[in-house]
Order: sequence, then structure tokens, then C-alpha cells
Amino acid sequence: MNKLARSAEEAIRNIPDGATIAVGGFGLCGIPENLIAALRDLGTSGLTIVSNNCGVDDWGLGLLLASRQIKKMVSSYVGENKTFEQQFLSGELEVELVPQGTLAERLRAGGAGIPGFYTPAGVGTPVADGKETRTFDGRAYLLERGIKTDFALVKAWKADPCGNLVYRRTSRNFNPLAAAAGMVTIAEAEEIADVGELDPDEIHTPGIFVQHVVHGRHYEKRIERRTTRRPEGERE
Amino acid sequence: MRDSRSIIVSRALEEIKPGMYINLGIGMPTLIANEIPADRGVMLQSENGLLGIGPYPEEGLEDADLINAGKETVTAVPGASCFDSADSFAMIRGGHVDLAILGGMEVAENGDLANWMIPGKMVKGMGGAMDLVHGAKRIVVVMEHANKQGDSKVKRSCALPLTGQGVVHRLITELAVFDFRDGEMTLVELQPGVTAEEVREKTEARYRLGPGLGGTGEEERS
Repeated sequence: MNKLARSAEEAIRNIPDGATIAVGGFGLCGIPENLIAALRDLGTSGLTIVSNNCGVDDWGLGLLLASRQIKKMVSSYVGENKTFEQQFLSGELEVELVPQGTLAERLRAGGAGIPGFYTPAGVGTPVADGKETRTFDGRAYLLERGIKTDFALVKAWKADPCGNLVYRRTSRNFNPLAAAAGMVTIAEAEEIADVGELDPDEIHTPGIFVQHVVHGRHYEKRIERRTTRRPEGERE
Repeated sequence: MRDSRSIIVSRALEEIKPGMYINLGIGMPTLIANEIPADRGVMLQSENGLLGIGPYPEEGLEDADLINAGKETVTAVPGASCFDSADSFAMIRGGHVDLAILGGMEVAENGDLANWMIPGKMVKGMGGAMDLVHGAKRIVVVMEHANKQGDSKVKRSCALPLTGQGVVHRLITELAVFDFRDGEMTLVELQPGVTAEEVREKTEARYRLGPGLGGTGEEERS
């Protein structure tokens, strides 16, 4: 089995205008930066993006906003982005805000073949508008729908040609959930291992969820908020 | 004189008990993290997928793959674990997190919390706050008692869109500590140098007085 694509461009070429795409990452951590850049270069437009955040003005999904390729965002938090604000306030960009845990579970459920589930998050808030509320054991819950997407773009630390993925530290975040929710999932990785090289016990996303694998050409891995402390012994 | 934030943060530290798993919200709650003594024996959970948040890294050792929910570079303590966002919210929603300390914009006398949206301003999103308020075993809100105009943020009912209904267990401000039970609010502590009259003057919400503050245990239970 060999799912390796020659390039990010080749891997994303079949995504049509108007597609719905789940994109992994939290802030700028664990975002598929090569695939996003390729999508920007190709100019695929009218996209609905399901992703926890929308990057910053000049990086991550912010690139696709700047080039007006996104029609709708489904996210839990979209601060830190002026382009987003302008397009949202002008009515150009449609936004569905979803509580973060609900977004994670909607993707997990969609990828696991579960069409809906009940969660307490959002009861009595604007999130509940138009949704079924049901009481279990004296507590109110909202019915939320699973999300399946046409495509998913995810970023791994290591991948192999079978599509098995391993993530590093907190760059895992929404990536495994997006991978399962996408009907066609394209993964980019910093390192490509040979088949059999990754220990089966260490694999986070089994290859069945991944259709195409790309070796990321270059990683900038930008840091949104660089916070540090003084080295020990240098404290005042 | 100490500023409001440091008064609130030092009182909030008392909420943190050995052995707890704790989620700290963005903003003032993050300041608490930096003050927790290393020997307190707690694990801090970050909803982006880390259990066991450590201090900020030393300069030059920042890791783009290791951040907290505020997108700040952090470290992981020995014994830490990493996981995906669905597992993270299974911990939260499933009642496995002992305590969440969150910031607030308004808290109402029935325990309602508003902390994510001001209509007419740019809406940034609720992040994980709506999941946290229903999931963690105990919700403590830390916020300044009044806004910049001097209006009470401790209200009869929230004017802002809610994050959750009746979800707050305890509110800590620079003036006082309030507890919420069965839809009622009780003043349980005064911050050092603050009088009950001052709290009454600066609070829109109606509340009972706890034991030692003019109220009785009986009254609190009623």
C-alpha cells in the first residue's frame, strides 16, 4: 500500500470549489501548513472550513481568508484575526460558532458514524437556538449533529506510506478527529517512515482514516505567543 | 495597596488542594498557574490536549508543538500526558476534572455566568468555556467586582448572553467571596479590609449573609 503523493499540490488538486474541509490544528499548533499554502496557490474557492480556529492574518487558514477562498467557517474561537473580523462584519464570511468540546465531539461522532449526540454545553445560551433539548436524569442536554466533511487536511509528526500517523505533544489536538471525519483525508508529515518502521502501539491515527500522505517540504511552525521564564538562578 | 488582580489571585490559590486535576481559563486564571507552589501536587489540564502543564520554557527552549489553551509556549511536567481534543473534553465533560477556575464578565445571583460575548462587538467565540462550566466538578469564577464605569458585575440577572445557566459554585472578587447553592447566592467571606456594607453598596445581586457575617448556618441552609 502506498499513499504517498509527490507533492502537496498533487494531493489537493482534486478538491473542488465549494468543498467542505475539516482542518486540524489549535491556533497555529499542528496546522497542515504545506497543504494550506498549496490550496492558496491553487485558488480553490467557496470553501466551508471546519477548524477550531482560523489562523492569524498572515499565516495558517488566515492565508485562505486573505485570498477570499473561504465562504464559511465552523470554529470555536476566531479572535486574533483582523481579516476575519472585516469579512465577518461585511457579511462576506459566514460563521458558525461551536463550543470547543462540542466541535471535537461532532467531528469524532461524524468520523465514527454517529449522526448526533446530546451534550450539556450551550444549554440556555445562544448556541441552543433551534436545537432539540432533552432531559436525562434531571439535566438538560442539546442535540448536536456529527460532522462529516468532503475532505480533511491534517498534520502529523511522522507518517508512513500506509497512512499511519503519529503526532507530537499538543500538535495532536483536532488532527485525529479531522482525519476520521474527512471522506478523503490528506495528511502531511514532517518525517516519512518506511512501512513497518512505526511501532503499531505508537500509532495515533491508523492508516485506514488517511487516503493521501505528503512529506511536508518545509515547516515554519510559527509560535503565536512566545512566553518564557528566566533560567534558574537568574531570578530576582 | 495591592491591586484587585493580585488580591483575587491570592485568594483563588486557596481553592487549589493537593491531588486536584485543574483547568485554568485564559486571562486572570492563567496568572494563578504561575503562583501555584510546586509542592502542591496538582495537575493542570489544558483543553488543547495536555495534562500536566509546566512553567514557561527558558528562552531558546520554546517548542512550537507544546502550547497551552492560550496559545502560549509551555513545558510539560514529569508525569504529563498528551491527547486529542475529543479525549480532552471527555475528561472535562465526563466530570474527571476537579476544578475549573474561569474569568467572568457577569455573574448573576442564581449562578449564571456570562464570559464570552458582548453584543455589538466582534464575537470571538466561546472556545471551551461552555463545555467546562458543565463538566468540571467545581466552577470557581474570578473577576473584578465592577467594570471600568464602576457598575457591579455581580448582578440580579446577566444582561450578556450566557455561557451557562446556574453553573457557578463560587465567585471570588477583590471585595468578597460568594457561594451559590440551589439558585441562591451567599456572601461567605470578605477580602481583608473590606466591610460587609461596602460589598452591599457595590453589589447589584441579592444575597444571603453566611455564618460570621451577620447570617447564621440555619439561614444558609434554608
